Amino acid sequence: MSLLDLFRKKNSGNVAKDRLKLLLVSERADCSPEIMEMIKNDIIKVISKYLEVDTEGLDIQITKSDIEGDKPGTPALYANIPIKGKKHVDGPPEK
Amino acid sequence: MSEVIVVTSGKGGVGKTTTSANVGTGLAMLGSKVVLIDTDIGLRNLDVVMGLENRIVYNLVDVVEGNCRMKQALIKDKRYPNLSLLPSAQTRDKTAVTPEQMQKLVDELREEFDYILLDCPAGIEQGFKNAIAGADRALVVTTPEVSAIRDADRIIGLLEANEMKKVDLIVNRIRMDMVKRGDMMSIDDVVDILAVHIIGAVPDDENIVVSTNQGEPLVGSASPAGQAFLNICKRITGEDVPLMDLNTGGGFWSRVASLFKRKS
Repeated sequence: MSLLDLFRKKNSGNVAKDRLKLLLVSERADCSPEIMEMIKNDIIKVISKYLEVDTEGLDIQITKSDIEGDKPGTPALYANIPIKGKKHVDGPPEK
Repeated sequence: MSEVIVVTSGKGGVGKTTTSANVGTGLAMLGSKVVLIDTDIGLRNLDVVMGLENRIVYNLVDVVEGNCRMKQALIKDKRYPNLSLLPSAQTRDKTAVTPEQMQKLVDELREEFDYILLDCPAGIEQGFKNAIAGADRALVVTTPEVSAIRDADRIIGLLEANEMKKVDLIVNRIRMDMVKRGDMMSIDDVVDILAVHIIGAVPDDENIVVSTNQGEPLVGSASPAGQAFLNICKRITGEDVPLMDLNTGGGFWSRVASLFKRKS
């Protein structure tokens, strides 16, 4: 981040724009914080079956998709799930 | 071929009624036959903004309920021979009319008018549903504030869900001095957030208050807002008018300054 960006960030116009962008993406997807919490818990439940995840460091949110070819503004579920280690599971038998 | 346009916003106080009055008057000035309909039953205001409050005999609910003929309720604006107003009822509420009745009323007016402009009440309840029922296209009015933009986004979603054929955005009450300071979202910011076609931006203009005080729409006058509204009217009729440069108010040197600012 350059010095210029630092000053620019302070402008209330940019603050408003950033706040709105985040808010509207989740509102458009009709995804309330409660639903997000439920999704988060379910994701943890599923992944924990196979991997040991850091539930504290887990971050999920709905943002705009930045995948090329998607319609601009298409909501995307972003999840950052830190993995602590492998869990011993009864998966398919190894050779 | 007539067109039914609803002016809506979600949030109250962003300038729906002012926009309706000025766009309606402007379209009439440009030669089209226009009827303005106030659909805000219980809180009518378009009549007073138009300066026609003393001429109301019958209203929209009277027409719907068959207490009078359409012709009796329409107020002809003596200043513009092409312009009429169908006022709203003040002593009733939104449930007095259904979307089906509104659709029928609007279709009846299509025979006589080129443009039918519906001034929508604030909110997303029955009054909104009534106003959008018979409309071909929508003008969504917003101001560069978080609350107004959030509501506009919701309204745009609802319009799309109701299969509105055309949705255009009007950014009202923009203050270029604040935009330059970075303390107001720019027109580009608003368009970027809402991802909808912009049909015009109207600068914040003291003359609007004066014109509302007098009950005379200022569209077409030399004032910045008057010019902006006339440009919107021309775009509605299909004329290709470039977006106004709102920076010109500051004179030559501020324009030079803004040239340099844009580069940085």
